[in-house]
Amino acid sequence: MNKILTKEKFSGNVFRFEVEAPLIAKSRKPGHFIILRVDKKGERIPLTIASADEEAGTITIVVQKVGVTSAKLCSMQPGDCLADLVGPLGKATHIGKVGTVLACGGGVGIAPLLPIVEGFKKAGNRVISVLAARSKSLVILEKEISQWSDEVIIMTDDGSYGKKGLVTQGAEEIIKREKIDECIAIGPAVMMKFTSLLTKKYNIPTQASLNSIMVDGTGMCGACRVTVGGRTYFTCVDGPEFDAHQIDFDELIQRLGGYAEEEKAAFEDYMANK
Amino acid sequence: MAFTKEYLAEQRNMEWRAELRSQMKNKERTEIPRVVMPERDPMERAKKQRVEVNTGLSEKQAITEAKRCMDCVNPTCIDGCPVSINIPKFIKNIERGEFAEAAATLKETNSLPAVCGRVCPQEKQCEESCFYTQKLKKPAIAIGYLERFAADYEQESGKISLPEVAPPNGIKVAAVGSGPSSLAFAGDMVKLGYDVTVFEALHEVGGVLKYGIPEFRLPNSTVDVEINNLAKMGVKFQKNFIVGKTATFDDLKEQGFKAFFVGSGAGLPNFMNIPGENYNGILSSNEYLTRVNLMNAADKSFDTPVLLGKNVAVIGGGNTAMDSVRTAKRLGAERAMIVYRRSRKEMPARVEEVKHAMEEGIEFLNLNNPVEYFADEKGRVNRMRLQKMELGEPDASGRRRPVPVENSEYDVAADLVIVAIGVSPNPLIPSALPELKVSRWGTIEVDKETMQSSIPEIFAGGDIVRGGATVILAMGDGRRAAAGMDEYLKGIS
Repeated sequence: MNKILTKEKFSGNVFRFEVEAPLIAKSRKPGHFIILRVDKKGERIPLTIASADEEAGTITIVVQKVGVTSAKLCSMQPGDCLADLVGPLGKATHIGKVGTVLACGGGVGIAPLLPIVEGFKKAGNRVISVLAARSKSLVILEKEISQWSDEVIIMTDDGSYGKKGLVTQGAEEIIKREKIDECIAIGPAVMMKFTSLLTKKYNIPTQASLNSIMVDGTGMCGACRVTVGGRTYFTCVDGPEFDAHQIDFDELIQRLGGYAEEEKAAFEDYMANK
Repeated sequence: MAFTKEYLAEQRNMEWRAELRSQMKNKERTEIPRVVMPERDPMERAKKQRVEVNTGLSEKQAITEAKRCMDCVNPTCIDGCPVSINIPKFIKNIERGEFAEAAATLKETNSLPAVCGRVCPQEKQCEESCFYTQKLKKPAIAIGYLERFAADYEQESGKISLPEVAPPNGIKVAAVGSGPSSLAFAGDMVKLGYDVTVFEALHEVGGVLKYGIPEFRLPNSTVDVEINNLAKMGVKFQKNFIVGKTATFDDLKEQGFKAFFVGSGAGLPNFMNIPGENYNGILSSNEYLTRVNLMNAADKSFDTPVLLGKNVAVIGGGNTAMDSVRTAKRLGAERAMIVYRRSRKEMPARVEEVKHAMEEGIEFLNLNNPVEYFADEKGRVNRMRLQKMELGEPDASGRRRPVPVENSEYDVAADLVIVAIGVSPNPLIPSALPELKVSRWGTIEVDKETMQSSIPEIFAGGDIVRGGATVILAMGDGRRAAAGMDEYLKGIS
């Protein structure tokens, strides 16, 4: 049982939780994720670790309400306990001194981007972050990202904050302005797809962190299959980060919808009986 | 840890056994027909995921079957058992009505008798080396049914005997994974007085016994009783813990763990890498069975979803394929098919499982192999292209090699495809221990007698060593590793 210590509301549907997990707080690295189960009848869902406090023995996760499990989680309060939490899972981000890093985050994808931005900055890189969301209230963790970035550019679809436009527009401006040595993209699959297409045009090595459907998270089930460079990989043990230019994003997007009908029906059921 | 010939003879010469032998002539014993396992009606059971197919022997049936056993001077059956159960002793205890004593005999060497009585391929092990099979050319004593009978009797009686446990020696050892090899290892080590902790990555203890084997073949409650027995003997269980990730081997050594048994299983499903295999609705048997068995996905009150299919194809011919196709039938498939590239004769699944599947209306498309999948506009599989096969010369496994028949492709409707063609070793442990010696298939290399790996304090067994085998072979490995680790720890102290 892992106790929720704090809960912060970012917007109507996005919450940040600080959860007790002393061993994971100690062993996790940027890029790692966890799998949790809300209650004894819950499903196992993967969430990337946004930050950790080794001394306090806590990790931070950011959750967006999209289905039954995330809705249940978002309704939990400090003092409540998660039934299960396991991790850290996946391979850590390969962080080295490369020069200038362009970090692109979309929506709740900004949360897993945070430890990676921190890692690259600490490794001595120049870091430029582009944070994108539909509107102002969905731009999260700006202060935390700023702490580890030389420059932060905000993009919103509706222009309610920062510049009006998509993440790719913000990113392309930077790419045209100065030499970028590496790009990291985390966010919705479509956002990563177009960021990848952009950086491919400019030949910038790019990593994307995938949010595939998973059950166990340890390589056992293969639900998280993804095609990279024509070969099938498992996101949980081979990823979650891959060379973005090699990822078959269309297949990824299709596979993310693999349980869409079941999930929609369950969510409607849940909301009706709440 | 097998019994010596002298010990077995001594046990056999005990008065009660001699008395039983004298009560009935061997000729009379051999004339008794082998018992038939009572089963639930196929049409009734094929609707229920959690109702066991085999219902177990009655006391009368068990005693009659036990009488068939002649209590041989040289019990070859024991040589066929990977965990060396004293088979004649437990069977003769059933014959004299001492069922609890029979269960205690099983537990001398087998920490999971109710499990083994259900899922062991006895026909290829103890029953194959039974005197009846070998010399009389008659059906073997139903050793598996009797094992299940004795173990169930004890579970149902509520008076569960625990094997004798040596005084604690204070030495901490760990098992990585909580499947059959680790449970067998833990049972033996705790009996020797070690302080044993079993680490499990999932939220339930039992490994493949829980996530893999369906409840119509092995009820979870049966597994839990055996796990609780280990806990009562002093084994500690730590769930949601991935050794090498949550904490490293070095972290655990710092906490005082002196040696490790790795039984992390072959948890990496194989796919065929054919076109269309990543369409939605095509999944591994591991995923399908985990969703249904471990996550209760077919029960609407649980949150995990499972895809249902009208036309379900399961690729493969092993026990996991049978488990998957019979699960699909139970979840409402109109057509549940096995697609297997060889013929019935080469099928690796147990005879009993194939028989049960046929009774339940499973179709067998043998000598067929999928070559491509097709999907609807949403990306959900709706059709598979099969190629006919014929059998050629025997291959390395001794089975006749399947050879494609040219221009034999044809299409079959399928909206759910479950790939059950085997598994590869899980990479988590080897990747956490770069200096560990692994084969080119990724299995951990060990000494066959002691199960010790290239790192002295690390032992391994089960599928992470074998690459894919049975519950009982994994348990045999766990027992050998326990003996090997005990020797090793005595040597360094």
